[in-house]
Amino acid sequence: MILTVTHRTLYRYDAPVRGVVQSHRLTPAAFEGQRPRDWRVTVTGGVTGGGFRDGAGDWVQGYTVQGPVSEIEVLVEGVIETADTAGVLRGHREAVAPPVYLRKTAATRADNALRALAEKAQTGTQDPLDQAHRLMAAVADAIDYRPGQTDAGTSAAEALARGAGVCQDHAHAMIACARSLGLPARYVSGYLMAGEDEGPHEAAHAWAEIWIEGLSAWVGFDAANRCCPNAQYIRLGSGFDARDAAPIRGTARGTGEERLDVTVAIAAVQQ
Amino acid sequence: MYEDGQVRPPYARLEHWTRAMPAELRHLKQAEAEALFRRIGITFAVYGEGGDPDRLIPFDMFPRVFTQAEWLRLERGIKQRARALNAFLVDVYGRGEIVRAGRIPAHLVYRNAAYEKAVVGFVPPRGVYSHIVGVDLVRTGPDQFYVLEDNCRTPSGVSYMLENREIMMRMFPALFRENPILPVDRYPELLRRTLASVAPAKCDRDPTVAILTPGHYNSAYYEHSFLADMMGVELVEGQDLFVEGEFVWMRTTEGPRKVDVIYRRIDDAFLDPLCFRPDSALGVPGLMDVYRSGGVTIASAPGAGVADDKAIYTYVPEMVRFYLGEAPILENVPTWQCARADELKHVLENLHELVVKEVHGSGGYGMLVGPCSTKAQIAAFRAKIEANPGNYIAQPTLALSTCPTFVEEGIAPRHVDLRPYCLMGERVELVPGGLTRVALTEGSLVVNSSQGGGVKDTWVLAE
Repeated sequence: MILTVTHRTLYRYDAPVRGVVQSHRLTPAAFEGQRPRDWRVTVTGGVTGGGFRDGAGDWVQGYTVQGPVSEIEVLVEGVIETADTAGVLRGHREAVAPPVYLRKTAATRADNALRALAEKAQTGTQDPLDQAHRLMAAVADAIDYRPGQTDAGTSAAEALARGAGVCQDHAHAMIACARSLGLPARYVSGYLMAGEDEGPHEAAHAWAEIWIEGLSAWVGFDAANRCCPNAQYIRLGSGFDARDAAPIRGTARGTGEERLDVTVAIAAVQQ
Repeated sequence: MYEDGQVRPPYARLEHWTRAMPAELRHLKQAEAEALFRRIGITFAVYGEGGDPDRLIPFDMFPRVFTQAEWLRLERGIKQRARALNAFLVDVYGRGEIVRAGRIPAHLVYRNAAYEKAVVGFVPPRGVYSHIVGVDLVRTGPDQFYVLEDNCRTPSGVSYMLENREIMMRMFPALFRENPILPVDRYPELLRRTLASVAPAKCDRDPTVAILTPGHYNSAYYEHSFLADMMGVELVEGQDLFVEGEFVWMRTTEGPRKVDVIYRRIDDAFLDPLCFRPDSALGVPGLMDVYRSGGVTIASAPGAGVADDKAIYTYVPEMVRFYLGEAPILENVPTWQCARADELKHVLENLHELVVKEVHGSGGYGMLVGPCSTKAQIAAFRAKIEANPGNYIAQPTLALSTCPTFVEEGIAPRHVDLRPYCLMGERVELVPGGLTRVALTEGSLVVNSSQGGGVKDTWVLAE
């Protein structure tokens, strides 16, 4: 498929700030499942900082904006070609050893309930790929897709206790369970093109990847949609959890309260 | 100090010095030394041991002495270790050959809390992660030294090495005329040169070096400002630095000035709130992006801590063989990993004669010295080990060497250790000396200042 992306993030400060520093993971890498054709990130008034490909294979780009400034827009516009690889991440150049992704973080710490969920999913099969699929179903059953029940700071354990959440919570829960079974797992941020009559959609999307030793590959699992990423998915970057994988990390110097406005539009190009 | 009941030759020349010093003069000199230390304000605790930051660490006037021959062997061994540790760091953040070769277990490296994902794939200028390697050594025989631990992040205490010497020279100038004591005062200039030699690729002029301190509440603040002073570089806090475009800048009265090399004395977790702890107010937002894109060098490099972890320590001799193809000159203390069932059994059966430490601990806290502990203390510690074996390692209680030390009754032997500071940049450098810590309590093996330890000047005599 060929997808077009327009992703606009508007930062508004109620009092002008003296400066803004951001670190972006907004440029998709090329691999078998996706190939960017044309991709542009613009920051109003931004000075391009250092950029580099990190150990996980993601392009990281710094930006700074000199103040005083009370509004900043980060605009991502791109065209990308995608293919369905059944969720298997192939041809993606990266250097981080999978066991690194067994690390626990506050958002992905497994409590007894998450461990029990993982144990149950594991029962009856020795095959890690099978385990991961069962885990996805178990997490989807245990956490209903219901926006507004959780926020950016909600942990996997809290989301499971609540029984409701959004894609971030599903991904965190998947990761916590997988790691508790000794499977390296990570958080992926990206985009999803909404189909017509499918389940819940969030264009700015997130899912989990689990390392499958037998395949020597990372495989994506989107519990929010009970499927593996296909040609409707665009992968931006990965990390230990949502914070570590955030497409935009930034901070402003100043006392102004920040308000955020995000719009994402993904469309398929008719061929 | 002693060998076959005789005073070892390097100490013999100090005999007449002590004989010519009656108790009254000694007390006077000791008071003078303390007054000097107070005046210059060197009151911090060594090695991040905590405790009262205004406490004066006892200074013992009796120097520790090495012959040049003894030192040369130590020097070769320390430099070898520093090179191997840096080769290890470049490797584990690159292809991980030592893990692939099965010489170090993968989990010890990749699941280590000090392993930093954010620097995977990055080779710092000149392939150096740890620019100042502090190697803690003890002597157990005339030719036998053991390495207790390596410090690859920001080893502190070097200001003591310099100030102890300074004070000895002021108080006993005659000693320095009579003995061929090799100087250590080149250290600040060597450190400055080392740091300048690792300036990033994007630096196209004489590099600007700055020391990044957490601030004056830190127990080692004196050392930070002392080193900045001695090197003639700026001492900055996080708020004095900012990222603009591809570089890091320092606010100065003449406007922003680009900084090329940051000698940081803050932990990885606080360096950059965008990359590490978001609540850190000590660091510089955006610093890591500049670092990884070659706009600034951070010394020691983020992630260097994985090399000085106590569980990794066991494998340093293996690193020397693997990366350098050399036989290790300095030995490790035999170490039992409580994480291994068979070794745990040995440890639990012999607690009364072992020293047991926490894998990530430091400063002499949270450790058991078997021979100096009561049955109740041993039993309590046993329970802690059994609850979490992976958190502990054990070592034999070493017969540490002693050094003559001034005590109430005159001069008596007291146990000592040694921390030399090896510099790595364009060259590998080691000044002839280090920080000698002394256990002032009779029979004690614990030299930490928080537990009754003091410091001494350390001499290397030219032949």
